[in-house]
Amino acid sequence: MFVLRLLLKNAFRHRLRTLLTMLGLVVAVVAFGMLRTIVEAWYAGAEASSSTRLVTRSATSLTVPLPLAYAERLRAVDGIDSISWSNWFGGIYIEPRNFFPQFAVDPSSYLALYPEYRLSDEQRLAWFRDRQGVVVGRKLADKHGWKLGDTIAMRGTIYAGTWSFVLRGIYDGADAGTDENQMLIQWAFINETMKARSRGRGDTVGVFVVGIRDPANAATISQRIDAQFRNSLAETLTETEKAFQLGFVAMSEAILLALQAVSFIVIVIIMAVMANTMAMTARERLAEYATLKALGFPPSFVVRLLFGESLLIAVLGGLLGMALTLPLAAGFAGATSSLFPVFRVSETTLLLQLVVALFVGAVAAAWPAFTMSRISIVSGLRHVA
Amino acid sequence: MQDLADAVPLIRIRGLHKHYRRGEQDIPVLQGIDLDVRAGDFVALMGPSGSGKSTLLNLLAGIDKPSAGTIEIAGIDIGTLGEGALADWRAEHVGFIFQFYNLMPVLTAFDNVELPLLLTGLTSRERRERVRQTLELVALSDRADHYPNELSGGQQQRVAIARALVTDPTLIVADEPTGDLDRSTGEEVLALLSRLVAELGKTIVMVTHDPKAAARARRLVHLEKGVLVDDGMAAAPLPG
Repeated sequence: MFVLRLLLKNAFRHRLRTLLTMLGLVVAVVAFGMLRTIVEAWYAGAEASSSTRLVTRSATSLTVPLPLAYAERLRAVDGIDSISWSNWFGGIYIEPRNFFPQFAVDPSSYLALYPEYRLSDEQRLAWFRDRQGVVVGRKLADKHGWKLGDTIAMRGTIYAGTWSFVLRGIYDGADAGTDENQMLIQWAFINETMKARSRGRGDTVGVFVVGIRDPANAATISQRIDAQFRNSLAETLTETEKAFQLGFVAMSEAILLALQAVSFIVIVIIMAVMANTMAMTARERLAEYATLKALGFPPSFVVRLLFGESLLIAVLGGLLGMALTLPLAAGFAGATSSLFPVFRVSETTLLLQLVVALFVGAVAAAWPAFTMSRISIVSGLRHVA
Repeated sequence: MQDLADAVPLIRIRGLHKHYRRGEQDIPVLQGIDLDVRAGDFVALMGPSGSGKSTLLNLLAGIDKPSAGTIEIAGIDIGTLGEGALADWRAEHVGFIFQFYNLMPVLTAFDNVELPLLLTGLTSRERRERVRQTLELVALSDRADHYPNELSGGQQQRVAIARALVTDPTLIVADEPTGDLDRSTGEEVLALLSRLVAELGKTIVMVTHDPKAAARARRLVHLEKGVLVDDGMAAAPLPG
């Protein structure tokens, strides 16, 4: 108790210096947490992917569609449980900055493959019955203030023209990692409209989503699928949903690496700042440490005092930084929901923030503690005079 | 006084040498000191600057190591003790009084006096009782909750004396205890030190430049250029 009191009093002896150091640490911990959360958000799609889903797309390019007729041949492949498909719609809601993903899907088979999109039976049936109907994630509906029955007008880019949809359902994600920021449109509605507009533009899909029974057979089944369509006009490339998502992440890998590097550089900078603070502190108290040693306190007591003080400042700064990260991340998530459909500070990130703060505190105290534990009592006492 | 002289010496120094190395140079500070100090004595070490009196005090207090010779205190040759054992020995046997008090500025007078007791096996309650008694002894009970910067120089030195006394050490070493005080406050501090010797039988070795301070001691030891040149009794007996 006595030592704890001494630590607290020592830590706040120079209030301004301690508060500024703590502020630096808070900024570093928040920056570390936010940058890590951004990187995690980039991988959120891959993390949320299911091991029982494969994605089959054109081997030439994702922009090249596949014939819908492949669906029947896919069903015949051994190990496949179910099939669905989707097309990237790419519409604009009022203006481009309102971007959110929209997929034209086959409602019943798609929802069967994505049980994480939780929709009430009533809304599910309402959607199935209405070809102009759409469902959206809860976050997207909340962001735009949409209610069931609302008409949503979209300007098509891939599928030209103005499209009018009716909101028939709002799904909730099964967990925090589920994307609630997208719109699902009836594929049949888009297909029929396009077929009516220009002959020969219908009955194609962007990707097939393939449900498999055993994730262990994913590689074998992928090979079987691609073998089916080898040497055809539209060869396929089948991969796990996670690999498919990571393919998108890989396009931004350099940015992600830069973000990760910055998050560590911030920590190194604050480590240097805090080490300087602790070194100044130790130098100022040279005579006090010498006095303690003269009174019979072992060098380890001085080490404990310096480490204790440094860790105390670091933990307080770290906890404050962690507490500030949560509301900041929530604000950031709201502002960037179109870019990051899932943006949340994970437990791992919070834990890492605390570990980083402790690490900074420990490293900052290491050298002063080592030096002060070794000072000669006589020269330390002379320092006061 | 005769009884005191006949007693077995508490401190027995024989052939004590201390030299420092400065680059290639070997600088002798103490050269063959022999000195006995009996329990309950009040010794003033005097001498010009650089005479080695502070070095001798540091060696006696166990915060420096001799280059040669022996220092026996209460039968223990402290020169043979390792760092850890020497720290334990200091905690148990030595009370320190410094010129600039060396109090912890973030601790109250009470906490400063309690500090050395953390190294004893006393319970918190026992420690607090001991601190209360010691602060009473130095007439600072009413200042127990004050921080050093809220106390005068004389009061701070009395807190330092209480800190030196609280563990009931075998030996109290004082390095220029009145060096930072005005004349009358210095007199009060010296009177307190004399009381500790006279009433509690404490043994004090004090370094001082001030002949008036030295006159309070029972015995004056003069050093010059690292050699003991005069070892006599003080002119004045211990005042109350």
